[in-house]
Order: sequence, then C-alpha cells, then structure tokens
Amino acid sequence: MSEKYIARSTAIAARMLGGEMMVMSAVDSTFFTLNEVATAIWQAADGRTPLSEIVARYVCENFDVEPEIARCDAEQFVDELSQHRILLVSDHPFENPPVEAA
Amino acid sequence: MSLMQQMNERALELGVPLGVHLDVTYRCNERCIHCYLDHDDHGEMTTAEIKDVLDQLAEAGTFFLTLSGGEVLMRRDFFAILEHARRRLFNVRIKTNGVMIHEAEARRMRDLGVEQVQISIYSNHPEIHDAITKLPGSLKRSIEAIRFLKSQGLKVAIANVLMTANMGEHAGVQALAAALGVNYTLDPTITPKIDGDTSILDLRISGAELNSVFHNKNLVGNVEEFCAPPPPPGDDIMEGLPCSAGHTAAYITPYGDVFPCVQFPLPSGNLRRQKFIDIWRDSPELKDVRSIRAKDLPVCSTCSHVGTCTRCPGLAYMEGSMRGPSSADCEKSFQRTGMPSANMLRKARANTSGPLIQIQSLAV
Repeated sequence: MSEKYIARSTAIAARMLGGEMMVMSAVDSTFFTLNEVATAIWQAADGRTPLSEIVARYVCENFDVEPEIARCDAEQFVDELSQHRILLVSDHPFENPPVEAA
Repeated sequence: MSLMQQMNERALELGVPLGVHLDVTYRCNERCIHCYLDHDDHGEMTTAEIKDVLDQLAEAGTFFLTLSGGEVLMRRDFFAILEHARRRLFNVRIKTNGVMIHEAEARRMRDLGVEQVQISIYSNHPEIHDAITKLPGSLKRSIEAIRFLKSQGLKVAIANVLMTANMGEHAGVQALAAALGVNYTLDPTITPKIDGDTSILDLRISGAELNSVFHNKNLVGNVEEFCAPPPPPGDDIMEGLPCSAGHTAAYITPYGDVFPCVQFPLPSGNLRRQKFIDIWRDSPELKDVRSIRAKDLPVCSTCSHVGTCTRCPGLAYMEGSMRGPSSADCEKSFQRTGMPSANMLRKARANTSGPLIQIQSLAV
C-alpha cells in the first residue's frame, strides 16, 4: 500500500479549546471539533511525515490503542477531513510547509 | 444543542474570549449620519502593535475575529494585519463599506481565507443611500464590491441599518441582496455615539414603524412565533446571563482600549499598558459585568419580558446603568408583543402620579 502524506489546509480556522481542537473550513463553513487523538494527528500533519509514522509516533505511543485500529481510525479521519478540504492528502511529501497548528 | 453552541458553553465555562471585535481604525471615507464614531485618528495602534494583539488573542483562545472600523481599508497595512490574523488561524469576518474593494482586494481576501465580508447598504436607491453615507457614488461602488467578492466565491452579507432616513427601503435592499445572491440582515438599532452623545437617537424609527417591521413575515419569518407573548420566566432565566459581552466576547478599539462589546463602551483596560489576558481575567470592570444575572436587574427582573427581551447591557449602560433597562429594547419587546415592559409601566406611573391636591392661582 502506498504511503500517505497529510498537510493542514490554509483555508481553515482553528483553535484549541479545553483540550479539543476547533476547526472550521473557510470553503464551506463546516465546523469540527477534534478529540485528543485527532488533534494529535492534526498537529503532526506537516505535509512531510508519512501518516503511518504519525500514527506510530503520536498516536500509538501516547494512547492505549492497537496499531491496526489506530491506523484504520486515522485513515477514516483523514478521509473525512480531506472531503471538506481541511486536510490535504498526497502520495508524496508536500513542497510548501503547511499553516501553523494553532 | 449544536456543536457551535456546545463550544460557546465550553468557552463560557473556561472563561475564554471566543469572539473578539477589533476596530483597526475609526477613520472612514463615508460620513454616515447615524455613525457612533469620531473619525479622527487619535493615535491608532501601529501594525506591530496590532500583530502583537492578534498573537495575544490567539494565545487567549479567541477563534472568531471581526475586523471592522471605521473603514478597514483606510489602513494601508490592512492586508498585512489580515494576513497575520489568518496566519494565526482566526476565523475572520470583515465589516466594510466596500467602496475601496476592487477585483484585486477581493481576490486577496479570498486567498487569505476570509470567512465572510459584511457590507452596509441603506437603500437600493443611490439618492437615499448616498445621502446617508454622504459619499456620492457610494451605493454603486458598494454594489460593485459585492460583485467582486461574490465572483471570488466569498460569502457576503448585506447589513441594512434601518433609521428614519431609509425606513421605506428595506424591501428594496432585501430584493437587491437576493438578486446579488448574498445574505441580508436588518437592524433597527441606532446607538448613542461612543462618547455618550445621544443626538443621533433622533434617527431611530418610530414605535409604529418598528411594529410594522416586527410583523412583516418577509423580515422575521414566522410572525406568530416571533411576536408571541413571553412565557413565564423560570429559575434558569433568572440565573441567566444578559449576553456574551465580557463573558466570551470582547471589543478592542484602534487605540487599544478594551470594552466588553462594541456597544458597551465600559473602559476595562488598555493594551498599550497591559496584556490582553490580564485585562480579560483581572479587570474589575469585566468582573462586575460578569457578576450580573437577570435576577440582579432591579427593574428588568420584575418584567414579563425578562426571558425573551433583547436587552443590551451596553445600551443600558449608556442610558445610565448596566443593571438598568435599555429603553430601546423595552420598545422592541412592546412592539413585538403588544405588552408594555416593567420599565414602560414604571415610567407611565411616574408621569401620571402628581400630587393629590393641586392648588393653582385662578387667572382672572
């Protein structure tokens, strides 16, 4: 299976509120709150680190979750946010660094 | 409860200033007859100062940022400010008259991911709109700006302030908004000038006109529901907060003064002398505002409208006391439901109760 790279879109607003990340798309005004695990993935979405490494380094090491379950959940999370263009997904590293993580 | 309401509740619980309105300048190229501001520059914050304020707001947890004025584009550094705000990932709304927005400005706002641009339109007739703004050609330019912004895919809203000078114009402005494909909001609120001058209150529409607005289904939707008599207030209402001002919202002037809200000019601190978070957490004025519950309002707590009134504590403050009634909102509640407010009944009693025995000299 090919590797995935994820980067935060510039067309979003985001802020931490009480341990949860609020994210709003400037494209369609969709509003999300990310739980702790999703926030960890979001903050690590630098466009250069492969998703598998993000899951291993930021999810499996910090949360009590099986690697296979963490990978599936992460894929689903990335798919959903990418549909709203909140996360950008590519099969190769992004050239320009993404926006700050809030 | 929607996700957004949940976040508001969370921000209230945590004491986070979720929404901040920042006026970057009071200078303006229009001279609207109802404007509450003094348009001279008394020493606006510099670009660096504003960027620092934005950093502080981001640290404090602010998510919704309204950039307004004056006219925001009177600042040559406006796009530098906007760029910084977006770099700090605020959800940015801009309030403008639009007359300085052309294709390039609209494209830049789109590229920077602005959430919404709100443009003030007073009439679809140039002779009425331009007489209010005192800028010839302003309606044409504002409409062109809306078209530029729409062509870039930006969300645009027309704000229609209603006053004596344009009372009959709202249907035309609403139709214009529909034709342009933008949102429409109507506001019949004229506030005193920020320095307390009340002369512009003469521009407020009459009670009868307010009544016709509130009973117009094209403006309020379900008239029966909108104008329904208030239900008896429960304990939750009496323990409730007047509004978000000072709780999850704040206002910052171009000079760095912090107020609870743009309509609530209670000086609570200045960002040239203090950090935002220190003002937000420790200002005695903001603490006073936060201490108020509906049950603490001497007149309004006895009013049948207490649970449904749009009472603005800022307008009450400008009328004399932040714990007092706001007569403009009493009038709105009355015109909406036909039931006079406790404040109106109190005033009526005061006007009719004279001395029991009147002795007057007989003119012969």
